[in-house]
Amino acid sequence: MKAVEFNHVNMKYNEQYVLQDINFSIKEKDFMAIIGPNGGGKSTILKIILGLLTPDDGEVKVFGRDPKHARDLMGYLPQNLSFDPQFPISVYETVLTGRYHGLFKSYKQSDEEAVIQALNDVEMQDFKDRQIGKLSGGQMQRVFIARAIVRNPKLLLMDEPMASIDPDMQSSFYKLMSQLKDEMAIVLVSHDVGAVSTHVDKIACLNRELFYHGPVEDSARGLEEIYHCPIDLISHGIPHRVLREH
Amino acid sequence: MYDFLQYEFIQRALITAVLVSIVCGVVGSYVVIKRIVSLSGAISHAAFGGVGLGYFLTVNPVLAAIPFSIASAMAIGGVEKKVNISADTAMGILWSVGMALGVIFINLTPGYAPDLFSYLFGDILTVTNSDLLIMLTLDLIIITTVYIFRREFLAVSFDEEFSTVVGLPSLPIYMLLLALVALSVVVLMKVVGIILLIALFTIPAAISKQYTHNLTKLMSLATIIGIILASVGIILSYIFNLASGATIVMVLAAAFLISYYLKD
Ligand SMILES: Nc1ncnc2c1ncn2[C@@H]1O[C@H](COP(=O)(O)OP(=O)(O)OP(=O)(O)O)[C@@H](O)[C@H]1O
Ligand SMILES: [Mg+2]
Repeated sequence: MKAVEFNHVNMKYNEQYVLQDINFSIKEKDFMAIIGPNGGGKSTILKIILGLLTPDDGEVKVFGRDPKHARDLMGYLPQNLSFDPQFPISVYETVLTGRYHGLFKSYKQSDEEAVIQALNDVEMQDFKDRQIGKLSGGQMQRVFIARAIVRNPKLLLMDEPMASIDPDMQSSFYKLMSQLKDEMAIVLVSHDVGAVSTHVDKIACLNRELFYHGPVEDSARGLEEIYHCPIDLISHGIPHRVLREH
Repeated sequence: MYDFLQYEFIQRALITAVLVSIVCGVVGSYVVIKRIVSLSGAISHAAFGGVGLGYFLTVNPVLAAIPFSIASAMAIGGVEKKVNISADTAMGILWSVGMALGVIFINLTPGYAPDLFSYLFGDILTVTNSDLLIMLTLDLIIITTVYIFRREFLAVSFDEEFSTVVGLPSLPIYMLLLALVALSVVVLMKVVGIILLIALFTIPAAISKQYTHNLTKLMSLATIIGIILASVGIILSYIFNLASGATIVMVLAAAFLISYYLKD
């Protein structure tokens, strides 16, 4: 079964297409990066997969189900979160919300263990009792990554996970992803094409339309010219930067 | 000191202070952390329509305000999430329409409304035993509901979108929270008045938020601070023969300033 399937999906905001005729699928245990310029529709695609937004036309299936009914299989890292820095919630409680079971159901021992495990994975275990607002931007991002993976999802969706993460943490982030990708499909949105392309298996290049979707290797061949999508694949041994202003 | 407590007025004042502070501590904390202070202000003003309806139907206006404020809370919540009107505009409209309805109902009621002033600005001396009973019942409902839905309220207050993703019914939970705000408005109405109540609703939680980052502690602290400040306000209003609502608000404002000063 496919983890995600898009068939002729259109999405409009105020009569303006932000996604046009999107067709692609993600297999189970695929590791894919979505790249594209600001406003290209990357976050919108993730929200459609999560069933937070409903497209105007087309069909979306997540593990063969309607997106809204597949949420128990998904983990999500939003692009940017704004909240009151004094909000009375600890790091531990924040990650625990990722284990929510339903009305009237309390959190169990196994949830507590999963939270500790997820905090270990992102190296934030020492901060578990800290108020969330008293962390640095990168530390906060790590906590939200923990919140996304704490449910052991079958499909992990991450919107700009690298934002404000330092180089050290970046390499341990990719190490973590390479462990996780044996258990789940991972989709991450990124601007740092160079870094991403050495780790992911597939790339989707999105600027309102899907200009390319497939293995990283093929994407290197003059992607910019063919697909009108600014892309920098220096790390793949291409001798010159294939980057052009529009 | 002990004699002082034997006055029926003082006993009633202390009971009222406790009943009022529980909603300030519990629901007020959510209002402050979820940043729905102005939305709560709109609900409280809209509740005046219910007060007018109570006069018109000759039932206890406090009781009549219950369905009215809940309905206005649902209307604001629904409009904010579904329709393409800015929440700000919707709140402004409901705010004045609710009050206008109240005025018209009172116009339509024969005779005059003797304690109308107390609903607008609060007067502890007009709190009757049946008002106290209504307040107690609402307090119990509020505490029970918050206890049952504490996980959901915390998650939705912090991050509504993520809550939806983990399968939490965010919109119904948010509406339930607004319904609790509406009930709280009814509890606070007679003591501090519709126009002034947002100060009592939010200041104890705003003060407490500086001292703890645990929600349960925040609620407890805000309740205790509320009891102290409301009691002081009520007693001062009695001594100086002022309306309780305005006096409590002034005490709260002073405490708020002092707490910020001490914190730095
Ligand atoms: N709520 C909204 N109302 C109207 N237009 C919107 C809304 N949200 C997004 N858009 C538009 O949809 C387009 C796609 O937005 P989206 O957030 O998906 O872009 P993105 O690829 O994630 O960009 P970025 O790299 O900046 O995060 C943009 O042109 C944006 O202006
Ligand atoms: Mg985005």
